[in-house]
Amino acid sequence: MAQYLRKTNKAKEFFQLLFGHPMGFVGVAIITLFLTMALFAPLLGTVDPSASGDVTNLLIPPSSQFWFGTDDLARDIWSQTIYGSRISLTIGFVAALITVFSGTFVGLIAGYYGKILDEVLMRIVDFFMMLPELPLMIVLAAVLGPSMWNIILVVSLVSWPSTARVVRSQVLSLKERPFVESSRCIGASNFQLMFSEILPNVVPLMFAQAVLMITEAIYAEAVLSFLGLGDPTSISWGMMLHSVFESGVIAESYWWVVPPIVSIVTLIVSFSLLGTAVSDILEPGYKEKKGF
Amino acid sequence: MALIEVENLKIYFMTRRGPAKAVDDIGFSIEKNKTLGLIGESGCGKTTTAMSLMKFIKPPGRIVGGSIRFMGNDIVPMTDEQIRQLRGKEISIVRQEAQNALNPVLTIGKQITEMILEHESVTKKTALARAKKQLNLVGISDQRITNFPHEFSGGMKQRAMAAIATACNPKFLILDEPTTGLDVVVQRQILEMLRNLKKELNLTAVFISHDLSVVAETCDRVAVMYGGKIMEESDTVSLYQNPLHPYSKALIGAYPSLKGERRQLKSIPGGPPSLIDPPPGCRFTPRCELAQSICSQEEPVLKTIDGRRIACHMVK
Amino acid sequence: MGLKRFILRKVVAAALTIAVIICANFFIFRMAPGDPVRMMFRDPRVSAESLELMKQKFGLDKPLSGQFVAYVKNLARGDLGLSFSQRKPVLEVLASRIPNTLLLVVTALTIAIVLGVALGAVAGWLSGTKLDTFILTASVTMYSIPTFALGIILLLVFAYLIPIFPLGGISTPASGYEGFELVTDIGWHMFLPAFSIVIWYVGEYVILTRSSMIDAMGQEYITTAWAKGLKKYKILKNHALRNALLPVITISGVNLAFAAAGVIEAETVFAWPGVGRLTYDAVSQRDYPLLQGVFMLFAFAIVLANLAIDLIYGYIDPRIKVGE
Repeated sequence: MAQYLRKTNKAKEFFQLLFGHPMGFVGVAIITLFLTMALFAPLLGTVDPSASGDVTNLLIPPSSQFWFGTDDLARDIWSQTIYGSRISLTIGFVAALITVFSGTFVGLIAGYYGKILDEVLMRIVDFFMMLPELPLMIVLAAVLGPSMWNIILVVSLVSWPSTARVVRSQVLSLKERPFVESSRCIGASNFQLMFSEILPNVVPLMFAQAVLMITEAIYAEAVLSFLGLGDPTSISWGMMLHSVFESGVIAESYWWVVPPIVSIVTLIVSFSLLGTAVSDILEPGYKEKKGF
Repeated sequence: MALIEVENLKIYFMTRRGPAKAVDDIGFSIEKNKTLGLIGESGCGKTTTAMSLMKFIKPPGRIVGGSIRFMGNDIVPMTDEQIRQLRGKEISIVRQEAQNALNPVLTIGKQITEMILEHESVTKKTALARAKKQLNLVGISDQRITNFPHEFSGGMKQRAMAAIATACNPKFLILDEPTTGLDVVVQRQILEMLRNLKKELNLTAVFISHDLSVVAETCDRVAVMYGGKIMEESDTVSLYQNPLHPYSKALIGAYPSLKGERRQLKSIPGGPPSLIDPPPGCRFTPRCELAQSICSQEEPVLKTIDGRRIACHMVK
Repeated sequence: MGLKRFILRKVVAAALTIAVIICANFFIFRMAPGDPVRMMFRDPRVSAESLELMKQKFGLDKPLSGQFVAYVKNLARGDLGLSFSQRKPVLEVLASRIPNTLLLVVTALTIAIVLGVALGAVAGWLSGTKLDTFILTASVTMYSIPTFALGIILLLVFAYLIPIFPLGGISTPASGYEGFELVTDIGWHMFLPAFSIVIWYVGEYVILTRSSMIDAMGQEYITTAWAKGLKKYKILKNHALRNALLPVITISGVNLAFAAAGVIEAETVFAWPGVGRLTYDAVSQRDYPLLQGVFMLFAFAIVLANLAIDLIYGYIDPRIKVGE
């Protein structure tokens, strides 16, 4: 019971600090806005975003019927924008989840067991980190074919190594700490040590990495879609930009360009601000500085 | 006139829970060519006092009262620029052996010459020659003038620090635990070197340490600090042979002796006092063997007995 | 002694990485769905005989291992295949585009790094002040904005809305500019794409330099420097900054991978005829040989650049140069 209370207190404290941090506050506020947009998409979006409309409604600027106007296939841009949040956020969260869990797992066992396992795993990690991210993602996406799951796969594949590295260094320093030694002395098994002692201390780092990975994933989806590697069946903001760019009418249809661009930039920047706030808070000594 | 004269010095650290009175109204003086030792437990204020002699107090610490006179001039009200000119040139410091106390990307030579060139208008060539001489003075071959810090051993780094500190022939040297953390052999070398330096450069110094034996060897007078106050101050020999203050007695008694008969080590029960909320009266009262009711009511004043100063109600 | 060993280690690592890239490249492209022959030679106008010849040349009539051998052999000869969308050998296409990219990248990165390090050093030195907070927030924002998004915004505002800059390309077509005029024309075309790349990079370098500076300032040797009575500016330059720059140089290598992304994005948006735009073209045409070539180019360039940076670092850091 006491442990449970301690944990909830820590969580409450964490959120208090987060809202106190200017970047954290702005980040969370904007992200919440987008989450609401995604959750209530069917209520907010007026029509099915991928439904081509009447040929007379091609490329109409914002009007009472089409709040953000239409694109070159007479699709409603307002709905596309609303539903686009679902795609970005889904890919962001799922890819981040996969990346953080696989990266943490690798970092944990590499850091804990050390020696050959560590060497081998870190060589693989180093190699991945040397490869340029975007070109690699482009190549993989081109080869695997455009689909939402492929994008998630590609993003996770390219991003897990950096999480692994970061987790590993923390595990290495935690390994030497007295509380691990003392648990070992009373006979805790490797498995227990890793998962009950070390892992809980890695959780804050995992959280920071998760935020970072969400930012990366949303950005990756946007870029890949913009370059034409996105899933044509789901119209993400990146796909919208791809379409408008390809269509050549970019100059004349600001209503088509502005919503996706503003959405992409705002969402990514707010996650980035959140990430900076989180890493600030997790820095030792932050609590004291802020007068807790 | 003494080289250093400290009067009513108060240094507080502003914390959220109130000011921590690290140094609470102390005074002492150091005559030319003499060395004063400052001893006491961790947190008694000795390092803070030492740092203040160079006005090296960083926020949240502040000198809230008193004066520190160097050659008659009070450094407390000095501006940053004024004190900067004194540092290195007139007052210098050799600190505890820290792995990172020397800049890893500059040669030892550069680290010495940059100080000389800052404070004196000499040519680069002259500065270099003097830097080499400094190294020799501390027992390092002047061939090593182009070496980097990572090429030195721990003891050598400490000696290099001393070479840097004394490069401009300062009048006053602050030695803040210069031998702590070094093994005894290296300690010996450092002490030899310090003795040598003192003689060659006519240094006046203050020596902070919690190691009583080292202080006994190097200092002319010793002040014992506790809880931000000076408990006793006297010449070294008298203090070690006949400590008057109960705390000094306990400190010196706690030290095992190499010779003589084996006896039970006496430690001082209890812990150091809170600096934010110190006990009323004499700070040592909770741990003192001789404590009486007056001790927790009235703070003892430093009285002079036979050229020794002592702050205790129980000593006449 | 320490330096020699360091150089050897780094060169060997780089060589190994290149070897692995070559293998990985081969295997990745074999994953593509569909007939590899048709994949490589999409042009339906290629005759059956030529197709047969190509098949033999690339070993496509042999098992996988044979193909791999053929692939490596061809690579060694500089034969990266044929780009069917460009109707030229891949190597030739790459070679013609590399100078344009280099021009863009070198200009952008130089400006960004100089600016970023300077601002970062100032922010770090003045850590905690309002100016620092401002620089930091601005940098975090700049660093988060995707380059292509920024590019599109700049394009719309400064090329369409307020037509100060051209809509794209490297120079005004059929203008016949020569000499100095040509240089200014190219510069004018380069401004917006370079600006897009610079923004990200400056943000990154400010954040990096600032935190490195803060670390350096917390070190013991800074206290020693103050104790020596040195002037504030000297301490900042010779003690704090010199040490702070070391990690910045190290991470510069890793940052180059992000420069690749910036290049691809900026060149695509502004139709700058470099290797980045080539990537986009190759993707839209599904020109796999070209894509393969471009990927290898990026990967190799980054490995080599990293090697160069590592070697420079080894020379600068006395702990490595003189050895421990």
